[in-house]
Amino acid sequence: GSGGFRKRKHDNFPHGQRREEKENVNPSSPLMASFKSFQLELDTRHDKYERLVKLSRDITIESKRTIFLLHRFTSAPNGEEILNESEVKLDAVRRKIKQVAQELIGEDMYQFHRAISPGLQEYIEAVSFQYFIKTRSLISVEEINKQLIFTAEDREEATNVTSDSQDKQPPTCSLKVTPVDYLLGVADLTGELMRLCISSVGNGDIDTPFELSQFLRQIYDGFTFIGNTGPYEVSKKLYTLKQSLAKVENACYALKVRGSEIPKHMLADVFSSKTELIDQEEGLP
Amino acid sequence: MSVSAMFVALQGALTADQDIREEIRKVVQALEQTAREMLTLLQGVHQGSGFQDIPKKCQKAREHFGTVRTQMESLKTKFPADQYYRFHEHWRFVLQRLVFLAAFVVYLESETLVTREAVAEILGIEADRERGFHLDIEDYLSGVLTLASELARLAVNSVTAGDYSRPLRISTFINELDSGFRLLNLKNDSLRKRYDGLKYDVKKIEEVVYDLSIRGLNKEATGGVGGEK
Repeated sequence: GSGGFRKRKHDNFPHGQRREEKENVNPSSPLMASFKSFQLELDTRHDKYERLVKLSRDITIESKRTIFLLHRFTSAPNGEEILNESEVKLDAVRRKIKQVAQELIGEDMYQFHRAISPGLQEYIEAVSFQYFIKTRSLISVEEINKQLIFTAEDREEATNVTSDSQDKQPPTCSLKVTPVDYLLGVADLTGELMRLCISSVGNGDIDTPFELSQFLRQIYDGFTFIGNTGPYEVSKKLYTLKQSLAKVENACYALKVRGSEIPKHMLADVFSSKTELIDQEEGLP
Repeated sequence: MSVSAMFVALQGALTADQDIREEIRKVVQALEQTAREMLTLLQGVHQGSGFQDIPKKCQKAREHFGTVRTQMESLKTKFPADQYYRFHEHWRFVLQRLVFLAAFVVYLESETLVTREAVAEILGIEADRERGFHLDIEDYLSGVLTLASELARLAVNSVTAGDYSRPLRISTFINELDSGFRLLNLKNDSLRKRYDGLKYDVKKIEEVVYDLSIRGLNKEATGGVGGEK
């Protein structure tokens, strides 16, 4: 009864009042003018962020494909060809990274770091994997950064692609990988190395696993040296890294103990069952 | 370079980074202390007797901003100028709080919205990113949204204190602010969440204005501070 009436009145009146006041808001007042400029500023910032996220996704996808390609290296007789192909792919990834670098000209890189970080980590994983296959050693941050300095001549074609209205640009632009991105990328690399180890055993290659376990141990030592001085994400990866290392060490152990007893052609079988066993253990809580 | 040498270098970089963060944290703690003192001071306006000496309280708060400026100066020296966003999280909260305090003081003094440039000046920082330690636009807007809820509270309390004209002026101000925020296309982030609260502040003030209107109290002479019974 009266409650309904009151409610209706309550609904109507402030509404009318408000509309009246809405009309009082002068669209050209200083406050409205400054909010119009805020709108522009925020939209520009969000657009840039979205473009970077998209580039980061593309970088991730292409880097993943490069890693898959490199995994075929061990089994394929045409190793050289695969390496060349991976180089072509990585060049394509770097062209994308150059677009990222161009977006970031004159900006604070850390403002947009969250947009590009996943892509960069994947790229670091791919490039360090390729570097390992080629040289059997770990690529340094400096080496990675050196490849991410882009010069003027290939800048032109990229500006055509993006068709940005920036007509004036510095002669070079570059992107610097942060230590944390590098560490996370390297931690992911160890997972790939573990896969490489198991698959090379499957191919009857008995030298690579030992080499890999040596290398992984060095990286693991490095990570334990850093310990918890790094950010949370790094310590989180340390656990997975330990598992990967254990798998590789167990593989080497099995090779050593049983390699001398088992005929070479049966090694692959021994290993496939061994890895299954490890996978099962991993499945347990 | 050997693997272990690389990790030693990386560890060095990480430790240096942590040292910087530690230094920043110290200054930010001092800033938070100053901000709390100012907040306590300005909270006084909500009390019945506080309405008379608003100018005095603003005066005192302005003195505190002097401390803020020296603390900001020291914060600026703690990290490389081009890495603002790397450490942004550390001072984000306190900066928003300070923006609110500056905006509140300016509102109490002149009943206008402080501009971004003016806040930057009050805090002793820059409005533009290009010129050094600056005030991020999202932090400015967050501070302004805090002002809106504070004003909604002030509208209620000024009625209690017998000042019936202030809610009307606050209402006009908040409505203009609301229209301003409507112009923005906000992403689904913390600022957007804060903005979603603005409508409740608007509603609260509208209710106060409504209560005054139906009792004919909005037509009374302005400046009825102290409450005529």
